[in-house]
Amino acid sequence: METIFERPHALSDPQFSYCPGCTHGIIHRLVAETLDELGIEGTTVGIAPVGCSVLAYDFFACDMVQAAHGRAPAVATGLKRVMPDNVVFAYQGDGDLASIGMAETVHAATRGEKITVIFVNNAIYGMTGGQMAPTSLPNQVTQTSPYGRDVNTAGFPIRVCELLSTLDGVALAQRVSVDSPKNVRAAKKAIKKAFEYQIEGVGYTIIEVVSTCPTNWGLSPTDALQWLRDNMLPYYPLGVYKDVKAEGFANIAEAASAKAACLAEGGAR
Amino acid sequence: MSDKVLMKGNEALAESAIRAGCRFFFGYPITPQTELAAYMAKRMPKENGTYLQAESEIAAINMVYGASAAGARAMTSSSSPGISLKAEGISYLAGADLPSVIINVQRGGPGLGGIQPSQSDYWQATRATGHGDFHVIVLAPSTVQEMADYVYDAFDLADKYRTPVMVLADGMLGQMMEPLVLPERKTSLPEKPWAATGHRHQRAHNVVNSLHLQPEDLEVTNIERFERYEVIKATEQRAETYLTEDADIVLVAFGACARIARSAVSKARAEGIKAGLIRPITLWPFPVDTIERCVDTARAFLTVEMNMGQMVDDVRLAVNGRKPVEFFGRAGGIIPTPLETLARVEALAEKVGAAAPENVGGAN
Ligand SMILES: Cc1ncc(C[n+]2csc(CCOP(=O)(O)OP(=O)(O)O)c2C)c(N)n1
Ligand code: SF4
Repeated sequence: METIFERPHALSDPQFSYCPGCTHGIIHRLVAETLDELGIEGTTVGIAPVGCSVLAYDFFACDMVQAAHGRAPAVATGLKRVMPDNVVFAYQGDGDLASIGMAETVHAATRGEKITVIFVNNAIYGMTGGQMAPTSLPNQVTQTSPYGRDVNTAGFPIRVCELLSTLDGVALAQRVSVDSPKNVRAAKKAIKKAFEYQIEGVGYTIIEVVSTCPTNWGLSPTDALQWLRDNMLPYYPLGVYKDVKAEGFANIAEAASAKAACLAEGGAR
Repeated sequence: MSDKVLMKGNEALAESAIRAGCRFFFGYPITPQTELAAYMAKRMPKENGTYLQAESEIAAINMVYGASAAGARAMTSSSSPGISLKAEGISYLAGADLPSVIINVQRGGPGLGGIQPSQSDYWQATRATGHGDFHVIVLAPSTVQEMADYVYDAFDLADKYRTPVMVLADGMLGQMMEPLVLPERKTSLPEKPWAATGHRHQRAHNVVNSLHLQPEDLEVTNIERFERYEVIKATEQRAETYLTEDADIVLVAFGACARIARSAVSKARAEGIKAGLIRPITLWPFPVDTIERCVDTARAFLTVEMNMGQMVDDVRLAVNGRKPVEFFGRAGGIIPTPLETLARVEALAEKVGAAAPENVGGAN
C-alpha cells in the first residue's frame, strides 16, 4: 500500500505533552515538515523555551538546547555565531518572547541574527496556568486579570510583528494562524520561507503564529478556534509585516542602506 | 618561545583567554573591567573569533550558554553588579553541565556600590552564584601574571569537569600593569561529543538541558554533580604558603590582599613575631588541606580581606574551633595597608602569647 501521509521524520516519537485541541502540536508539525523538506534536520539546532513547549527538545529530532525563560534569542545568538553554517531556530511563547525576553528579542532582531523564531501567540500564559500575557487582549479575563485586562492599569497588548518590522535587522516578519486548513497551509509556507531566508543569510526571521489555549481560555477546542477568529485576529491581523526580499533586496544590509538613503533625501519612510 | 610583555591585568585576562582557545566573547561594559572587552573587540576579528557587545549581562551569559552548547570555548566578563545579573545564566550553565569561563573583576557593593577594588563578592562566588544546588570552581589571581595563568587553566578545568569556572579578581588587579610571560597558544582542544552541533544523521540527537520534571531524576543529576565536586575537592585545591612551617600567627588572604598580607608577614617577622601566610588560589574548592596542615602549629589565624569578613567563615569551618580565627578587613573599595595589617598581627600575637620578648625583637 502506498503511504501518502506520515509523521515527519524531524518529529521524534514521544507523545506530545499538549492539551487536546491545543494548536502547539500543529505548529510543531509544520516546523518538522519544513526541516524534512529542506533536508536540514541534521544541521539544525532548535531552542526550546520556557512555557508549554519547554519539552520541545523531546519532540524534535534535531539537536536541541533548552534556554532560560525568555533568553532563547541570546542562546540562539551564541549558537549561530559558533556555527554560522547551521540552521538555528527558537520556538517561543508570548510570555517568553514578549515579556521576560523582550530585550533579547528586540536586540537579536536589531542585530539581524540569522536565526528563525517561531513565535506562538496564544494571548495567555499556558504553562503556569493562565495568567495575563503581554499579548492578552483588552478586557480579557485571565487568572491575573480576573476583572478583564484593564488597559488603564495593565497597559495595552504588544503587537510583536508590527514592532519588530520597524527594525532594520529583520528580514521577514509575518503573522499567520493555524485555525483553518487554509491558514495552516499559509502558515507552512511562511515557516518554510523563514528557514529558506535563514539558509540564504537574508537576516532575522520571525513567524508569529496566532494559536489557541483551550485549557486556560476555558473553551472547547472548536470554540477556542472561533474565539481566536473573533477576538485575536481583529487585534492581530494576519499578514506580512516585513519581507526585504519581496521589497526587492537580497538581504537586510541592502534594505537598510536603501532605507537610510531614502531618509537622507527626506523621503517618507 | 616565551613572550615577556607589560600589560594591564584586564588585558592579560583577555590575551590569555585567546591563547587558551577562546574565540567567543560576550560582554557588557562596566568599570573596572572594561579594558578586557575593548581588548577582545580589537583582537577577536584578527583571530577569526567573535566579540559581541550584548544588550545586557543577562544576554551575554546566555550567549555564552549558546556558544558553549555548540562546543566552543566561550567567556564573559563583568564586575559585581553585572555578575548578579549573570546569576540566572550561571545556574543554567551549571544545570546543563556546560563548560564556560566567567570573569568577575570585583568592585565594592552592595547595590551600585562604588568602582574601587573589593573582594565583597566572595560569598556570591563560593556560595550562591545562582539558584539551586551547585558550585563553580573559583580561581583567585594575585598578580597580572596569574591573571593570565589562571584564565588559561580555567578553560581546561571547565572542559575537564564540564562546569562553569569563575576567575575572581578585583579592580586593583584589573587596572595594574606588570610584566608577564604569556602562555603558549593551544593547538588542540578537547572533543565535545555531547555538544548541539547538528547530528548530521550520524548519531542520536543531542539535548542540552537543565530541566528534570521528575524529582527522582533531578536528584540523581544533583547527586552525580556533587560526586564530581568531591573529585574536584580532592584534586584541584590550590594554595600558596609563605613562612607557615613555624608560624604562630597564620594570615589567610587571597587575591590582591595576599600581597598586602605578605608584606605584613615580612614586617612581623622583622619584629620577631613568627607570622606566615596562606594564600588560597582556589576559593572553591577551598584549600582546607593547607589550613589543616597549619592548625597544630599555629596559635591563631587572621584573615585579611577587602570586605566585611567573608572568607573568614571558610577558615573557621576548616579550623573547626581548634584555634582562634580573627578577621581584619576594609570595605567599600578601601585597600588595607601593610601597616594596619601589621598592627592587627601584633595585637593578635600579644593576645595569644606569640609576641616577641621586648629585648629580643628584630630577629632575621
Ligand atoms: C525566570 C522565570 N520566571 C518565571 C517562570 C515561570 N514560567 C514558566 S512558563 C511561564 C509562561 C509561559 O507562557 P508563554 O511563553 O506564553 O508560553 P505558553 O505556556 O503559553 O506556551 C512562566 C512565567 C520561569 N520558569 N522562569
Ligand atoms: S495549557 Fe494551553 S498552551 Fe499549554 S498545552 Fe494546554 S492548551 Fe496548549
